Amino acid sequence: MKKQKLRSNLITYGIVLAAYVIVQALIAADSLSSMMKGLLVPLCVYVVLAVSLNLVVGISGELSLGHAGFMCVGAFSGAFFSKCIQDVLTFSPLRLLIAMLIGAAVAAVFGILIGIPVLRLKGDYLAIVTLAFGEIIKNVMNIFYVGIDGAGFHFSTQDEFALNLAADGRMIISGPTGITQTPKDATFTAGIILVLITLFIVLNLIDSRDGRAIMSIRDNRIAAESIGINITKYKLMAFTISAALAGAAGALYAHNLSSLTAKKFDYNTSILALVFVVLGGIGNIRGSIIAAVLLTALPELLRGLSSYRMLIYSIVLIVMMLFNWAPKALEWRERNLGRFFKTSPNK
Amino acid sequence: MKFLSYLINGISLGSVYAIIALGYTMVYGIAKMLNFAHGDVIMVGAYAAFACIMNASLPPYAAVLVAIVVCTVLGVLIETVAYRPLLSAASSLAVLITAIGVSYFLQNVVLLIFGANAKSFQSVVSLPNLKLADGALNISGVTIVTVISCILIMLALTAFISRTKTGQAMLAVSEDKGAAQLMGINVNGTIAVTFAIGSGLAAIAGVLLCSAYPSLSPYTGSMPGIKAFTAAVFGGIGSIPGAFLGGLLLGIIEILAKGYISTELSDAIVFSVLIIILLVKPTGLLGRKMQEKV
Repeated sequence: MKKQKLRSNLITYGIVLAAYVIVQALIAADSLSSMMKGLLVPLCVYVVLAVSLNLVVGISGELSLGHAGFMCVGAFSGAFFSKCIQDVLTFSPLRLLIAMLIGAAVAAVFGILIGIPVLRLKGDYLAIVTLAFGEIIKNVMNIFYVGIDGAGFHFSTQDEFALNLAADGRMIISGPTGITQTPKDATFTAGIILVLITLFIVLNLIDSRDGRAIMSIRDNRIAAESIGINITKYKLMAFTISAALAGAAGALYAHNLSSLTAKKFDYNTSILALVFVVLGGIGNIRGSIIAAVLLTALPELLRGLSSYRMLIYSIVLIVMMLFNWAPKALEWRERNLGRFFKTSPNK
Repeated sequence: MKFLSYLINGISLGSVYAIIALGYTMVYGIAKMLNFAHGDVIMVGAYAAFACIMNASLPPYAAVLVAIVVCTVLGVLIETVAYRPLLSAASSLAVLITAIGVSYFLQNVVLLIFGANAKSFQSVVSLPNLKLADGALNISGVTIVTVISCILIMLALTAFISRTKTGQAMLAVSEDKGAAQLMGINVNGTIAVTFAIGSGLAAIAGVLLCSAYPSLSPYTGSMPGIKAFTAAVFGGIGSIPGAFLGGLLLGIIEILAKGYISTELSDAIVFSVLIIILLVKPTGLLGRKMQEKV
């Protein structure tokens, strides 16, 4: 059992590494279009987002619709740091590393703050409250103005002029326009490293005593409680780790964009992450990775079909869901394709 | 006076939310699924009415009727093709994601037919504005029609559920699907009827929403959809009076927050109120408390 798990985890790491090597080879051979190159960092971001959300949805069994909120917090705090330190610290990998750590830390703090009240709720009520928190974070970021001058930082929720910046001052966060000209530190290599770290954290957590406690709560809360598992502690643990990883992904994302606005982190982004998780198989980490990669690349691959691409995307999504989840489809698969696929549910 | 006019606007917007939330809550009550495509059905309804008025130059009431028919058929179609096979799936999330797929699908079909540019919707209400207190208080015709239709819909729906056989069947199915089937109720048919009613209501909501806020784009439905979903949860999802109350309160809070505090923060305030309410009453204002069985 243990050996099997280890092998399965190694395969997951192997897939990521192999993808990295193949992409690097393609870049070296110059056979990757610039569009695909531009997609590499977002791919890593979405993979981390999907894996981290799977920790909440699949392992902890709570439906969260506000994951983009944590990404938003991480993105803004990371980019804020990089903008401030830009001229002092010029070594970009280190700058990105610190920015991602800050993004993760700030998002983790938000995860704890939001998690303590929210995790008392269950099911759809939990879902709507996480969605609400995500929207609140987006809205508040939208009216936030921060500038810096000789006298230090200035904050405002009004507009740029309310900051009273000195002549040498510069804006860092300017409300709906967000943060512009964040140093472009994000690279595909950094992204892959973040993916590997995320996988390491999540896969090890699942395999640990804590992870088994979290899953026992998912499977039967009352039974878990009756054998002395601290429900709040373990739920909060999963939620916070997930938030921190999303924050790190957000920071990476921010360093890939020339302008970062809060609008990008609305519920559509949260839902997109959820789509990755469910399509890849709830609780299945490798599935999340594959689904995130496929669904992020699909609209780009379909670009040749121009205006039909999102239509096809939606149809593919519906058909894949029906094929993967409908009991009748599963039966049919068992009967006709049983030799090729193992379709028995993984739980 | 300013407060009063905000309040009236709030009730008007709240009535639209309430009509949408009714659709959400009925579907949730019976199929235990969050129909994320509901907001987009609203948008389709508004586009149907728009096309009837602009291209076929039908009179407004006929346009509304066409919109209702289109949405009802669409609702049943979505239910049969996309949701029904998944209602018995291992995870309730499966049907949620499919609903998201349907939502993208509807948005993109409309995008292909009508283009991405926002259309200016011509109000279907020709009632003149009502001026009270020497013109200090101006109530638009749309507001009056919206509030009245919301109350009528609410009354009709309550009567339908408590008086008719189909309505009773809906209650039975939402209570216990298996037992309802044993009693000879056509469960799938009842679910389809629920979707039909919910989608028909969505068409009315779409037309009223766009009459009050005349900009119509393929994404018009998504934010009101989310807000109405919030309203349904706010009032206690699955409860019809709850959806009505939640919708009204949400609309009033939103408009008051816009008027007195900040336009940009109004959504944040609405959602904060929701969070506070849910933390105090975890199943919403009128929601039933579920006893957990061991």
